[in-house]
Amino acid sequence: MEAFERSSVVRIAPARGRLSPRLHELWAYRELLYFLVWRDVKVRYKQTVLGAAWAVIQPFLGMVVFSLFFGKLAKVPSDGVPYPIFSYAALVPWTYFATAIASGGNSLVSSQNLISKVYFPRLLIPIAAVVTPLVDLAIAFGVLLLMMLWYGMLPTAAILWLPGLLMLAVAAALASSLWLSALNVEYRDVRYVIPFLVQFWLFATPVAYPASLLPPPWRTLYGLNPMAGVVEGFRWALLGTPAPGAMTLVSCLVVVVLLIAGLIHFRRVEGTFADVI
Amino acid sequence: MSSPALRIENLGKRYRIGTRERYATLRDTLSRFATAPFRHPRSSEAQSAMRHAQSDFIWAMRNVSFEVPQGEVLGIIGRNGAGKSTLLKILSRITDPTEGYADIRGRVGSLLEVGTGFHPELTGRENIYLNGAILGMKKAEIDRKLDEIVAFAEVERFLDTPVKHYSSGMYVRLAFAVAAHLEPEILIVDEVLAVGDAQFQRKCLGKMSDVAQGGRTILFVSHNMPAVQRLCSRCVLLESGRAVQDGPAPAVIRSYLAESIGSAYVREPLPAKATPYFTAAAIEDAHGSPLSAPLSSDPICLAVRWHVPEPVPNLRVGIGINSAHGTRIFGSAPEDDGAVTPSASGTHEARIRIPADLLLAGQYTVALCLWGDAIYDYPDPAFSFRVEPGPSPAYSRDGARDGLIQVRCSWEITAPNRNVAANAAPGSRCR
Repeated sequence: MEAFERSSVVRIAPARGRLSPRLHELWAYRELLYFLVWRDVKVRYKQTVLGAAWAVIQPFLGMVVFSLFFGKLAKVPSDGVPYPIFSYAALVPWTYFATAIASGGNSLVSSQNLISKVYFPRLLIPIAAVVTPLVDLAIAFGVLLLMMLWYGMLPTAAILWLPGLLMLAVAAALASSLWLSALNVEYRDVRYVIPFLVQFWLFATPVAYPASLLPPPWRTLYGLNPMAGVVEGFRWALLGTPAPGAMTLVSCLVVVVLLIAGLIHFRRVEGTFADVI
Repeated sequence: MSSPALRIENLGKRYRIGTRERYATLRDTLSRFATAPFRHPRSSEAQSAMRHAQSDFIWAMRNVSFEVPQGEVLGIIGRNGAGKSTLLKILSRITDPTEGYADIRGRVGSLLEVGTGFHPELTGRENIYLNGAILGMKKAEIDRKLDEIVAFAEVERFLDTPVKHYSSGMYVRLAFAVAAHLEPEILIVDEVLAVGDAQFQRKCLGKMSDVAQGGRTILFVSHNMPAVQRLCSRCVLLESGRAVQDGPAPAVIRSYLAESIGSAYVREPLPAKATPYFTAAAIEDAHGSPLSAPLSSDPICLAVRWHVPEPVPNLRVGIGINSAHGTRIFGSAPEDDGAVTPSASGTHEARIRIPADLLLAGQYTVALCLWGDAIYDYPDPAFSFRVEPGPSPAYSRDGARDGLIQVRCSWEITAPNRNVAANAAPGSRCR
């Protein structure tokens, strides 16, 4: 930070027409991002008895319930793989996403003491909120690998796409969090909207059922829900279900648009967060 | 070195007031949003500015311009609500200005509150790192200063205890210690020194002077005038969001003190404490009605009322008269006049008569004190009053008088005596 701020003049002026997301500044504050994530992880493990186990319990119980009701009772098809691992492979990214947007959407409001007292790029707060649940994702993913061993499933070459799919999930969570958190500052109604949103979004995402229930042209359109692309992509990369193809591409497009618009909106309103929060 | 560390041009900040309005516009915002999602919110703000009365907005600060050269310690003073905090928030980039701009050269560290971002579950050590990072320090920098910070805060033994178990004093000490070791080129400090006990406050002030002597630019906001006077070379006085005075610290502080203190002292609201306190004091005329500008040729009557909730041993009451510069001219207590301070509980009142032709025309402040085994209440200055020149011999000629008081000495002037050399010692004829 010293390197670029020393001897350079910073102009503080009204926000009119300000567009640059100031990525260099985000980079300068990368250590703060690390500390914010570190704080959230550390505090959670200090405050909870089960700690890391929660990262597994949530998607695992989800899998048990889904397998029982959708797999056994409703006989929902699962693209030819055992239903438990079919749903768990989707629940891992989904649980990440749900946690990330719930904490991301409330992140600015719950950091109001910071926002009204000290300057740092406000973007760090929602970013930290969507990065933190990645720790849980990693743990839950370990369990997923164990389950694949148990079922004797080997990933195909498509697994190379997994990092890209993960990035898509993070970007989708960040885009949603940028919008939700910025709106939440002005309209606290958002806090009550988030649980509903997560619930509806779960049903709108092929977690408990496969996207292949839809005929192909509709399936591509399904990608408008970015998590549909992510979830189907995860299954394809790990379990070898049919490739989502165009659907994931549509998801990428949606996320890019949402993310850029979210960044622009965030930049425009962040200067007054401290006044309205 | 020639360019200023900070240049402020016509800086202004407007706030929207009223909470009902915000909900009324939620619908508007949504409908506007649907039609033009990427239009700048400011344009809609302009529309609503036309629709809503101008009184819905308040300028917390407007047309403020000044420069701060590198290495200067600038004090920003003013009453509550004068716009000091708004100015600091803009300069710390916590909130955007509505108009004007500020150019800042160098890394800015702002201390608007100590302990920002402390987490109760984390240990002292962990909070040092977290808080340091929030204030803009690098991890390597914190590693280097850790020992110094811990020593300054005097929390060595509790470094690995969660701060939720800290006493409030320890908490504040640790928080200030982290902030004090931030080494920005421009340091912005709000009333943070008003925390902790007197000894720690002294230590904080000492640390601040060290920083100032290190050649850093400091913007210091405080109500603690002695601290401002000690640290700052120059002061800007804000009043209703405008910079009304800018100049050498002693002059600006003096005019602030003269204006900011009322012409009477009224304790409002009454404190809920068990020890004696003053409730009201004012200058009165001979009939007991308040008087803001007595004449130097009249006796000045000071009425003081205080309340004793429960009897206190060795209670004493006293007043002090200070010059406009804050120098104590004299003090007085009932015992000086052969009276006694009542020790019974209840509300007491005293009328103190300052002899005529004692105070010169000018501005004075009054200090009040209730003490015994400890100091119970000591508003200093409690209020100010102005003495106007009266029709006394002291003011029979034009021109101001020097000195703090007037004393009517007797003058015996003899006719020239030819037998005494002009430079011989005067004889002892004064009675």
